[in-house]
Amino acid sequence: MSIAALQETRILTGRSLRHILRSPDTIITTAVTPIAMMLLFVFVFGGALQSTGSEPYVNYLLPGILLITIASGVAYTSYRLFLDLSDGLIPRLQTMPISRSSILWGHVLTSLAANAASLLIVVAVAFLCGFRSHASFLAWLAVAGILAVTTLSLTWIAVVAGLSAKSVDGASAFSYPLIFLPFISSAFVPTQSMPGPVAWFAQNQPVTAIVDSIRSLLDGQSAGGSIWIALAWLVGLMGVAWVLSLVIYRKKIGA
Amino acid sequence: MNAVEVHSLHKSFNDLDVLRGVDLSIPSGSIYALLGSNGAGKTTLVKILSTVLKPDSGKAMVNGFNVSAEPAQVRASLSVTGQFAATDAVLTGRENLELIARLRKLPHAGKIADGLLERFNLTDAAARKVSTYSGGMRRRLDIAMSLVGDPLLVILDEPTTGLDPQARIQTWQSIKDLAAAGTTVLLTTQYLDEAEQLADRIAILHEGTIIQEGTLAELRTLMPAPRVEQVVRQATLEDIFLSLVSPSANVEEGAQS
Repeated sequence: MSIAALQETRILTGRSLRHILRSPDTIITTAVTPIAMMLLFVFVFGGALQSTGSEPYVNYLLPGILLITIASGVAYTSYRLFLDLSDGLIPRLQTMPISRSSILWGHVLTSLAANAASLLIVVAVAFLCGFRSHASFLAWLAVAGILAVTTLSLTWIAVVAGLSAKSVDGASAFSYPLIFLPFISSAFVPTQSMPGPVAWFAQNQPVTAIVDSIRSLLDGQSAGGSIWIALAWLVGLMGVAWVLSLVIYRKKIGA
Repeated sequence: MNAVEVHSLHKSFNDLDVLRGVDLSIPSGSIYALLGSNGAGKTTLVKILSTVLKPDSGKAMVNGFNVSAEPAQVRASLSVTGQFAATDAVLTGRENLELIARLRKLPHAGKIADGLLERFNLTDAAARKVSTYSGGMRRRLDIAMSLVGDPLLVILDEPTTGLDPQARIQTWQSIKDLAAAGTTVLLTTQYLDEAEQLADRIAILHEGTIIQEGTLAELRTLMPAPRVEQVVRQATLEDIFLSLVSPSANVEEGAQS
């Protein structure tokens, strides 16, 4: 990226951050559903679920809730991108002497900031629900890193959805399966309790690796091999979605 | 010098020949209207001139730059306003203008924004979100955004489609002011009265070629010589509507010229 492209990305990121500041409800609504789920699982189902040892269930649950937060947060990226395409701002920017990818990067960086804000709210509520961590500062940094990479790769998937959607509803519908995926993983209950084929799917899908590594880090343990499996999945998904979105973008704007 | 110079431009989409050899010269500083019905190829031609689409064959020069070989220079020297107001509804009018000024790397973005707000009669609405603007105000802001950085050529693709008569006349006035300040304006329209009101020269694009080109007076000579007939002229509905809803000087000026 050239210096000019970085400058354009900064300007366009500032513009969409301003959108979020003017409608902070998008950050709240992103956080509300995961928080409701967390309360439900901790205070309603939590007692009946086989807790893992002496740790409070919310410690076990939190990583999955954080992933659900990101999955619902990125839906706003495809929504905003769809609006930019349909109300003509992107066509205008295309005829200006600016780098073409700066528009997409502006949306992606904004998603990073908005999701970070939502995640902070969810973590704060988790502390109120009794969440406690033995993690060192470095381990917290590693958790933040994993969450950032997760946000980036889900956001690029959201970009693909936003660019190829035919309607506003279609633009955000892609996030429903993403929100559902943690339920068939180790996010809520250990995979050993599931029947054979389901357990196999749960153990081999990316959410389990991501959730397991965040959980270990927050528990003050080493994340072991799961962190590399998680990163491989995330970087792979991000690469595919990134290339796909550039191809669709070129096609869409006719250049 | 001509602001736009086009020679035997061809463009097809799959089996559909949209442009079949278009030739066009637009003198600098003029208002040039490109007339044509829906599907005649107007928007395709605009997209090629603004480097969004690549031509299949032929040559197109904008302000002396080749659209295929020097797209960056072409994009820096023109601006395009599409069929629908391309504004950011969440930002205010001033922020929209500043956004474009900063993306064009111009110093004093705020000052540029203030000047254009003043010129387009939007100073009072400058701090309001664009989502609260009327259709005519949005279109004025849209045109103002096209003028950030004083491009040599402004392309207006159907600038008054979907506007009410008052907003239409306001938009016409803005376009006349533009040309008076020396900017070349290429205007596409399907409204014949719009071309008649505004354009120095008119080209008629039909089925992918320019079938006729010239000043309004030249085009008139194609018709049989005028005969004197006595006709009782009733006020048109537009006359009545405009005299009822808006006594402003702006409107009268637009209606008379």
